[in-house]
Amino acid sequence: MGRFSTFSAARWLGILIKEFLQLKRDRLTFGMIVGIPIIQLLLFGFAINSDPRNLPTAVVMADPGPFARSYVAAMENSSYFSIVGSIDARQADELLDEGKVKFVVTFAPGFHRDLARGISPALLVEADATDPMAMGGAISVLNQLGLQVFAPDLPGFARPHPPPVDLRIHRRYNPEGLTAYNVVPGLMGVILTMTMVLMTGLAMTRERERGTFENLLSTPATPLEVLTGKIIPYIIIGLLQVTLILTASRWIFDIPVLGSLPLLYGMVLLFICANLTLGITFSSIARNQLQSMQMTFFFFLPSILLSGFMFPFQAMPGWAQAIGNILPLTHFLAIARGILLKGSGLALLWPHVWPILLFTGAVLAIGSKTYRRTLD
Amino acid sequence: MDAPLAIDVSGLNKHFGDKHVVKNLALQVREGEIFGFLGPNGSGKTTSIRLLCGLLTPDSGRGTCLGLDVVKDSARIKPQVGYMTQRFSLWDDLSIEENLDFIARMFGVADRRRAVTRTLEELGLASRRRQLAGTLSGGWKQRLALASCLLHRPRLLLLDEPTAGVDPKARRDFWEEIHHLSASGITVLVSTHYMDEAERCHRLAYLSCGQLLASGTAEEIVSSLRLNTWEISGHKLHGLTSILRQLPGVEMAASFGTALHASGRDAALLQTSLERALAGRSLHMQPIPPSLEDAFIHLMQGSQDPYGGNRH
Ligand SMILES: Nc1ncnc2c1ncn2[C@@H]1O[C@H](COP(=O)(O)OP(=O)(O)OP(=O)(O)O)[C@@H](O)[C@H]1O
Ligand SMILES: [Mg+2]
Repeated sequence: MGRFSTFSAARWLGILIKEFLQLKRDRLTFGMIVGIPIIQLLLFGFAINSDPRNLPTAVVMADPGPFARSYVAAMENSSYFSIVGSIDARQADELLDEGKVKFVVTFAPGFHRDLARGISPALLVEADATDPMAMGGAISVLNQLGLQVFAPDLPGFARPHPPPVDLRIHRRYNPEGLTAYNVVPGLMGVILTMTMVLMTGLAMTRERERGTFENLLSTPATPLEVLTGKIIPYIIIGLLQVTLILTASRWIFDIPVLGSLPLLYGMVLLFICANLTLGITFSSIARNQLQSMQMTFFFFLPSILLSGFMFPFQAMPGWAQAIGNILPLTHFLAIARGILLKGSGLALLWPHVWPILLFTGAVLAIGSKTYRRTLD
Repeated sequence: MDAPLAIDVSGLNKHFGDKHVVKNLALQVREGEIFGFLGPNGSGKTTSIRLLCGLLTPDSGRGTCLGLDVVKDSARIKPQVGYMTQRFSLWDDLSIEENLDFIARMFGVADRRRAVTRTLEELGLASRRRQLAGTLSGGWKQRLALASCLLHRPRLLLLDEPTAGVDPKARRDFWEEIHHLSASGITVLVSTHYMDEAERCHRLAYLSCGQLLASGTAEEIVSSLRLNTWEISGHKLHGLTSILRQLPGVEMAASFGTALHASGRDAALLQTSLERALAGRSLHMQPIPPSLEDAFIHLMQGSQDPYGGNRH
């Protein structure tokens, strides 16, 4: 008899087929795989797309004049802002703190003089950025207004090189100012973490719980064949989810991909593998599906909270950053944002690639130690 | 009778926590033999079978299965063994055909499609091939499971209560098949609770609380117990067994159809006790050769703890 422990492609294919068949019949899981990305994207998408109008706005008029007045009028006309009144500079903080106004626009002393000289006077806008997604539309309108209001009124020689005013936006309460664009890469990472770890976490425990593991163990299938055979369908699912998210965000929210798409998919693949090895390790440690689920959430929570998805990473305390730096999601967020929004290349992203590789390797080592080849 | 041994293990031990579930098990099964594995619930039959096919690692002991080391070579034993689990362990959410196809792929069965189709036809399930295995009735599940472990033509069959819940006709067909396989040289180790099945085995082993209490052919086991058995027949038999059990010399009393059997090792004591107890009743009593069932009921009543594992 020949060698027996070699990897058999035929057996591996058999396991792959079985997994796909079971997945096809498991409506709930299948629904989760397609449903989670869509629902999450729509939920967050509303936040991205929500374009609230009539945001209460106060004006600090330190230098009243025709331009300031027409700017304020234009703001009101844009329908994004609802001017609640003119206030004293000292009241501004109070009003913002209490949430009575969302914006305070300040025309500093000497505004008209500088504008006439073409010096681009500062126009200070303080925004309540606790909900940065909601602010997006209003803030972009402010820029437009500046061009419309200030530029046409000026004589040709005094028309400044753009910009006519120096629009300074202070995002209060959320200095990082997570913008709409930040959500999509973040969502991609979160959805992949959740579905990949959860699904594979259940993959082995389900066999054990249903008693089919005993049958599987009594066949010549090797652990490597079983594990990789079980993983492949989820890799494909992960890639599908990412495609779904990218397409939807492109079509619905018009978010472009600035960097290389193949590089993005390569990085997604790496991230998927990191999560799958973790899921498989969970499922070989866990005794039943419930335990595996608990482990998944034990991992999922810090991933959401400490990766920079929820809170700005730089603003977190040192210990939280240290934990965050271990998590693959932290690095994937940086990578995905880099590729999607800044068009970064691999060289620039490398500092975030190797920690994911290291994580995967370490988990794999633990996983292969804990995989049970018997029923003991 | 000197066929080589398909299974030859000795001193096998297995603990679950502090429960000693299999105690110093020694077992010799000859090639081509049908070997019956008997014992009350929880006596360690399933655990012993799992030790033999490498699904559990013994705490101590050693031995060979098909000439290969049970501990070290389990990967080489598996392809030649067909193991039918006690609990249905095929995939509920795969169809009958998909299950067979999967198992055939795992064992690298040559000409897979033909083998699967033939099995489906033999089972009479060809028209229901697309039915999900989970929706089969209990007996059909058993028959499917058995068919699936025969697909790869194993040299050794380990069957854990293969006919539990199977109807009499299918059971007879099954045993015909087993004898047929055995005639072609396949070794069969089968656990069962049925006496008629035990009688169809070439040799038997009786396990109680993880300990092998008796082994050999049915006649050997019966005669080794040195039982004397009386059959008591007549009217108004009910309630009599509990009376008989109290008598000195009666080690076992049980109803057998319309009669009662009472057995004991001390022939003289048994006879005088019975005659005294039955005096005045219009009952007929006669000595009979003890059956295998008498022997097993005797063994079961003799074992201290029929339910749990071992008590230290
Ligand atoms: N995985 C396990 N963990 C702990 N104890 C176990 C385990 N499997 C079996 N046991 C114990 O080992 C003992 C023997 O069990 P086993 O299943 O081998 O009995 P059996 O002879 O097959 O019984 P049955 O006729 O009911 O199938 C029982 O006391 C059982 O509780
Ligand atoms: Mg059992």
